[in-house]
Amino acid sequence: MKTEIYEHKIFKVTRRDFLKTTSVSMTGLLLGLQLSCKDSSKKLTGNPAALFAPNVYISINGNGDVTLIAHRSEMGTGIRTSLPLIMADELEADWSRVKVEQAVGDEKYGDQNTDGSYSLRMFFTPLRKAGATVRLMLEQAAAKEWGVPVTECKAHNHEVVHTSGKSFGFGYLAEKAGALPLPEESSITLKDPKDYKYITKQSSIVDLKDIVTGKANFGYDKKLANTKFAVIKRNPEAGAGLKSFDMEAAMKVPGVVKVFAMDAPGFPTTINSPLGGVVVVADNTWAAMKGREALDVKWMKGINADYNSPAYSNDMLKRAKTKGKVRRENGQVYKALDKAKKIVEADYIVPQLVHAPMETPCAQAHFHDNSCEIWAPTQDPQSARKAVATALGIDVKAVTINITLLGGAFGRKSKPDFIVEAALISKNIGGPVKILWTREDDIQHGFYHCPSAQHIKVGIDENNKVNAWLHRSVFPSIGGTSDAAAKEPAGWELSLGVIDLPYAIENVSCESHEAVAKIRIGWMRSVANIHHVFAIGSILDEVAQARGVDPVQNLLDMLGEDRMIDAKVFGPEFSNYGEKIEDFPWNTARFRKVIETAKEKSNWGKSLPKGSGQGIAVHRSFLTYVACVVEVTVDAENKIKISKVDYVVDCGVAVNPERIKSQFEGGAAFAAGLALKSEITVRNGAVEQSNFHNYKVARMSDAPYETAVHIIESTEKPTGVGEPPVPPFAPALCNAIFAATGKRIRQLPVKLV
Amino acid sequence: MAMYQLSINGETHQVEAVPETPLLWVLRDNLELTGTKFGCGMAQCGACTVHLDGNPVRSCSTPVSTIGDKKVTTIEGITAGAGDDKLHPVQQAWMDENVPQCGYCQTGQIMSAIALIEKNPNPSDSDIDTAMAGNICRCGTYERIRKAIKRAANTDAK
Repeated sequence: MKTEIYEHKIFKVTRRDFLKTTSVSMTGLLLGLQLSCKDSSKKLTGNPAALFAPNVYISINGNGDVTLIAHRSEMGTGIRTSLPLIMADELEADWSRVKVEQAVGDEKYGDQNTDGSYSLRMFFTPLRKAGATVRLMLEQAAAKEWGVPVTECKAHNHEVVHTSGKSFGFGYLAEKAGALPLPEESSITLKDPKDYKYITKQSSIVDLKDIVTGKANFGYDKKLANTKFAVIKRNPEAGAGLKSFDMEAAMKVPGVVKVFAMDAPGFPTTINSPLGGVVVVADNTWAAMKGREALDVKWMKGINADYNSPAYSNDMLKRAKTKGKVRRENGQVYKALDKAKKIVEADYIVPQLVHAPMETPCAQAHFHDNSCEIWAPTQDPQSARKAVATALGIDVKAVTINITLLGGAFGRKSKPDFIVEAALISKNIGGPVKILWTREDDIQHGFYHCPSAQHIKVGIDENNKVNAWLHRSVFPSIGGTSDAAAKEPAGWELSLGVIDLPYAIENVSCESHEAVAKIRIGWMRSVANIHHVFAIGSILDEVAQARGVDPVQNLLDMLGEDRMIDAKVFGPEFSNYGEKIEDFPWNTARFRKVIETAKEKSNWGKSLPKGSGQGIAVHRSFLTYVACVVEVTVDAENKIKISKVDYVVDCGVAVNPERIKSQFEGGAAFAAGLALKSEITVRNGAVEQSNFHNYKVARMSDAPYETAVHIIESTEKPTGVGEPPVPPFAPALCNAIFAATGKRIRQLPVKLV
Repeated sequence: MAMYQLSINGETHQVEAVPETPLLWVLRDNLELTGTKFGCGMAQCGACTVHLDGNPVRSCSTPVSTIGDKKVTTIEGITAGAGDDKLHPVQQAWMDENVPQCGYCQTGQIMSAIALIEKNPNPSDSDIDTAMAGNICRCGTYERIRKAIKRAANTDAK
């Protein structure tokens, strides 16, 4: 999760590299060969040795092959397709002649930290400009060739066409365009949205065929010659050290070649450091695993050996029931609650969770000659590069991070600890190595979504109006993973569903309490929105019931008049997902629109058989407005079937609608898993779950049977869709369960008894 | 270590491995058939699904010593002999429905789906739930997997 967006960095990059003509690279003899169409008015290709590479993202060769760089990581969102698509559209390239290449980790590409659902938000306009610049240069080159004004030349479908009908292919123009100076930014015109060819249109992902045929390359697929294979046995208590180990039995396992200790970082661990432990290196993966099984290891106890989930959760809940540190305050909530006609109050518990992407953390590293090359499924290659350089004590420029496809990530793979492990092992053994985390490693040594306890108390006045809102949230901060002083939720974490409460309520107090991290806490798909929106979305349904109004009407009543919310209301700690409120206002009209549309599209309030019900929850996260209606059936054995989900999404310009839909369908299933099944518990500092038999996630029959995704047509700036599906799902589901059974759910995962 | 002669995707391979080595690691580490994925190592997730004589099995929990002369088919071999560009109807359905997100589990999903359709050309929703219950997708592509199976089943029926 990025807490701040350094937009100026992009523009710095823009000036330095982004729009800089790096000149035509002439790598061979000028062959004088010109492949051209029979029609002399149409020349398609040019000097085959020419490469027109006017910025770091786009290059065109003399054959007209366009290569577009995908600089952010593909973990299933389709970003590796959507970003190039934007450039191709502005460039007027023929998509079938575009090759997408994955960038290595390098600051010259601008921000590459694929996290926080901001790829499109940050890069939509810069990449349009990059494409449009190249388009203009190709038009200028054609105009110069023909000796006509550039206004008579227009790029269209991989050619520049003159008003007379004659045309040059991009390949023919590549070399000529490369000789031109870079145009002023002010001379660049972006396409009129009505002329979009790819943006807002359906498109399949570029890796589709490789994926279904098994040819796609993920983190553990590439194998260098003579590579070894490694696994690590880690202390069950995060960060704690090694007392002693006996490697004799492990070394007897056929194929095991080396066993050695790796230092533990202590606690807090930081997000870059490996957890340390005992490394087993072998000739193949299985031998490494068997060697690890044969190890006899004695661990030290660290400062978190007393961490037990039930006690920790009870402690947090106790604190949640007392006045905490005020993080947002409007009016006088305690007075208003004293005078309230009706009170609705409830406590909410969400357990610790783990990402468990289908591809566990893994990486290949090759350290040699004081340099290191890495192949890894990383969300954040630049941070990984720096972390590897630091760990190896070499220059950052001596580290190359090749990004493979990510077999899911959900936030886990933004931490480079597993990549640093691979680099250190490679250095130790003096050759290439592949490291694999087994599923047990992944579930027991992760960066967990925090456990949490919340207390919400709502006052309703004599006019049946909500006029008091008290929300206390207690959870260990992500900051605690790196900084022992970070003992309380950070402002940005509370901006994910606590202090950003948009409802027009006169008296509000948002409070937090101390909770010290006892294990590595990390960001997981939608982060603190997960627990906060579960609580808020759930209690709003109880408020509707107390007020005696329909839940949809209750939301609209509480939202009040359409307005751009003055950020002062949210208090000084409010962080608008790192964006200025002027750039991305909190617009309640957009919120109202998704609610009203959801009411209509879900056929809200339709008559349903006994045991079935609908529930709604709404939330703006990552600057995207989402309403979610879930329909469930609960049978006599308390088995829950999710028959239908309606999402309404306002994410600004819908750049790739097909992938937006898939993110929401998948987000519903991901959230169904955490709402119904998933729970990590810790006993004496060690995670108790180990694999999918006891850390349960959604399987096919748990997932919604049908998810309809309704996208609001919009010309607003595009905002994220990877994370926003998750927050409103669990409360909508639980509200539907209430409608179906009359049972209120205030703790996840759902247990109906 | 022992030598094994395995029939994989219509070809015979000699591999040297410890008898208990799971077929998954023989495929991946020895033979570099990396379309079959590791997900859990205990037959819980289905990412490593291959066919043994046409039946779907979890290769992470199938020791190489138990294969004998059974025919192994992996994702790389489901169109064996049909040419490189040829897709199996189930793969085509997966593309037509734009099923994959990250894609990691999809080869295992496809192997389970092929085995289902070959035994049951017209699977009901509950047949699909049962046959696919062992395959996890964390991206949550289940709805599209269901649609793709139905699409492929219809294609086969024609």
